[in-house]
Amino acid sequence: MSDLISQNLNMIFKTPKGETVHALKDLNFTLKKGELLTVLGPSGCGKTTLLNITAGFIRPTSGVITLNNKEIDGPGVERGMVFQQGALFEWLTVAENVNFGLRMKKEDPIQTAKKVDEWLEIVGLQGFGNTPTYQLSGGMQQRVALARCLINDPDLILMDEPLGALDALTREKMQSLVLKIWKETGKTIILITHSVEEALLLGERLYVMAPRPGRIHKEYNLPFALMGLKEDLREIKKNKDFSAKREEILEMIWNMEEEIMGKDI
Amino acid sequence: MLTQIVTFLIFVAVIGCILYGRKLIKTEKVDAVFGNPERALGGTHWVIVGSSFLLLVWLYYSWDIAKGFYPKSANELCQVAKVNDSLLGLKYQFPIEEREFKSTSQIKKENKNLNLILNEIQNSQEIDNQQKTVLAGFIKKTNQLIPLLTNEDLIENETKQKINDITGKINLLTENFQKPDYPFETEQELNERLKAVSEEGGWGIVKVKSGTGSIENTMEVPLIPATDRGLKFHAAAQELNSISDEFFKLRNHNPQFKNQIKQLKEDIKSYRKNLSDSEEVASTYAKNIVKIARRIEFASIYPPNALDKMQNAIIKFDNAQLKTQGGLRFIDILLFPAGTIVASGPSCSEQGSGRWLPKPSDTFNKFILMSKPSVGYKDIPLLWIDMVDVSKMIGFILPDWIADILPGEYPVHTKDGIVKENFKGNVLKVVTGDFKLFKVPVPYGHIWDSFLRVFLGLVFGIIIGVPLGLFMGLNRFAKGFFDPLIELYRPVPPLAWAPLIISVLGIDNTGKVFLLFMVSLSIMIISARAGASGTQLSKIHAAHSLGASKRQILRHVIFPNSLPEILTGIRVAVGMCWGTLVAAEFLAGTTGIGFVENVAKKYFQYEVIWITIFIMGMLGLLFDITLRKIIDKTIPWRGKG
Repeated sequence: MSDLISQNLNMIFKTPKGETVHALKDLNFTLKKGELLTVLGPSGCGKTTLLNITAGFIRPTSGVITLNNKEIDGPGVERGMVFQQGALFEWLTVAENVNFGLRMKKEDPIQTAKKVDEWLEIVGLQGFGNTPTYQLSGGMQQRVALARCLINDPDLILMDEPLGALDALTREKMQSLVLKIWKETGKTIILITHSVEEALLLGERLYVMAPRPGRIHKEYNLPFALMGLKEDLREIKKNKDFSAKREEILEMIWNMEEEIMGKDI
Repeated sequence: MLTQIVTFLIFVAVIGCILYGRKLIKTEKVDAVFGNPERALGGTHWVIVGSSFLLLVWLYYSWDIAKGFYPKSANELCQVAKVNDSLLGLKYQFPIEEREFKSTSQIKKENKNLNLILNEIQNSQEIDNQQKTVLAGFIKKTNQLIPLLTNEDLIENETKQKINDITGKINLLTENFQKPDYPFETEQELNERLKAVSEEGGWGIVKVKSGTGSIENTMEVPLIPATDRGLKFHAAAQELNSISDEFFKLRNHNPQFKNQIKQLKEDIKSYRKNLSDSEEVASTYAKNIVKIARRIEFASIYPPNALDKMQNAIIKFDNAQLKTQGGLRFIDILLFPAGTIVASGPSCSEQGSGRWLPKPSDTFNKFILMSKPSVGYKDIPLLWIDMVDVSKMIGFILPDWIADILPGEYPVHTKDGIVKENFKGNVLKVVTGDFKLFKVPVPYGHIWDSFLRVFLGLVFGIIIGVPLGLFMGLNRFAKGFFDPLIELYRPVPPLAWAPLIISVLGIDNTGKVFLLFMVSLSIMIISARAGASGTQLSKIHAAHSLGASKRQILRHVIFPNSLPEILTGIRVAVGMCWGTLVAAEFLAGTTGIGFVENVAKKYFQYEVIWITIFIMGMLGLLFDITLRKIIDKTIPWRGKG
């Protein structure tokens, strides 16, 4: 079973002032292979912490998270990550960025070059192999980041607000790209986002998280991602069901924010 | 010749560029408002004007224009200066350049001195009244000496006659001087003089003592008169010297004066003899009074109108010589700014900007000479190429103990006195470089030495500093452990270390390279550390999830990410090393640009000093441009990531 299983995951931070922050509390979920999970929530609800634990950059205070029945205790190739700002290596060209993982594994350069070409075509960057990354636009940089992550053939792809810094038009195109890749590769994807629309559009499953302590507030199973594979994304947004869900979640998040603000005052 | 052409070219360039600039202003669009930074763009013509102007100032103030257009002017001015020098003593007797007669000022001065002593004596606690009266009497007598000298009736006929003689000689000289063929040189004398002139050489000539390995700072201004005008002044100066000597030997001492001063001296002598040891103060005062009396005796004090005729004669000669100078005076004023040629005793020299600002043409000549191994500076050229056998380098690199650790013994000579080589002996020959291979050109000289020191210091600093800095940026132990060490030695000015390091490691390359290594090390560590700790966490995370190992992350992420900081550090380090090196070479050493300047300073070789300054500027610029090129090439992403 290539599932991602989280059991009683707890994460407690200590701030420099000595206060304790309960970033995650008793998180239990199971993600099956090939599912696309979007995580939504107000800031400070532990979304990024969850992702960092899954990636293996930090260890949970208690609880276990396993992928393919193996406990996650450090970063690994089987869990690829896409960052908000791309985090590309600007001293390398597009192709060198994309083949970074394969080069680190010292794989055959000819095979690698072929794979790079394939992936650049999939993300729509044919012919940009020799371009330095600092000359690319934000959307193109994210495409490179996607290709760099996918070329390693990971079991699980973690996306930390990958489209947050893009303009609306590029964003829409990239959303289609994410869906296309999801369909073609059948990868398990966890995508964190701030945007309710994006969460609804891309998420096969959707977790709305609540802060203090960070927990899963509500879980949805959504049809829109599968619809998005066939239909135009803009059409889905006009769907009544879609609008209703959006309003419901927005209200939920607003209530959460108000609760926090009330507490602060 | 070159100077003339350059001067003309400069004028043409300046005028042309100014005209072009004015034309450009007229044709420029009206919307170019003040404050628009685009108005500062372009303008090569103004660069030409600026640099031409700089060169012109250099040519002018170093008197190179005078040398280019009037090569003999310095020699002539030297002869004029000789006349001025000879005339100076006589002139000072009269209110020609001074405000009053020498006699007047002398009398004023000595009266003042006498009054001072009188006051001191009267207020003194250590002298009793009786002695005060005696001393006051001496002062009065000394004071009475002066009228004996200034009384016209008392002046002796013999003295009068001598004054008339001297006046006559001056007048005769003036008369002769204005004749065109003065000083009536014979053909033979002329030939001898011209021969001496050609042997002496021209203005600012550099005589190279071939094989001595040094440039001698020879005579700046040739002494022997090369022109007829110069000869005139030269001869007049000689004659004036003898006239002046004659005048200063003359003493205006009439019998009354002689008696009086003799008696005064004897009185004071016997007075001092009779004083006991406890009355030393009074004795000292008496001695001081005698000193003033002696000064009056030898001060050439004359009656008010006794020297009137002589004064007129001198003024007349002065006017005559000014007239004879003619155009030379204008050359002196216009082409010898901020100074002139000055004679003192037998030699002439440039005094003013022409002295410390070397002429561009001379500087260039000297630079070429110093670059050659046949002349060089202190036996070493500035920069030259030597053919060195590769074997020497191999011998230098391979350590000698390689031969020692081989099994067997070194060859021992036989009974017949023959040494038979064995394998171990041959290996020793290889590691000590005792064999022949092919030769390759290797640069050497002062510039190369300085360059190599900076380069080596920098390379060692980078090799050790960059890894250590990266390590310190990533590891808490390394940062904590090495930080005190670096922070303690870094703030000390590098030159403060120099005396210690030079004393311990020697004045040769080792000490200097180590000093520069210390300078570059701290800079490299700090910049590499800043680069390493400035790496974005997301990039490290990305590399981790792409499966890179620790070593790979260091090599492929952290190091390239710190490159901009490291290269900026290198640029800073080069500047610091260069400055430190020159100062260290000042302190001690036998080669290097700083050493050359330091030696040149001791001998007032201004050309050499300027050459070294110029070389240092150029090398510094070269380093910086090279590094800037490297930075542009290797880290094009800087500021764009």
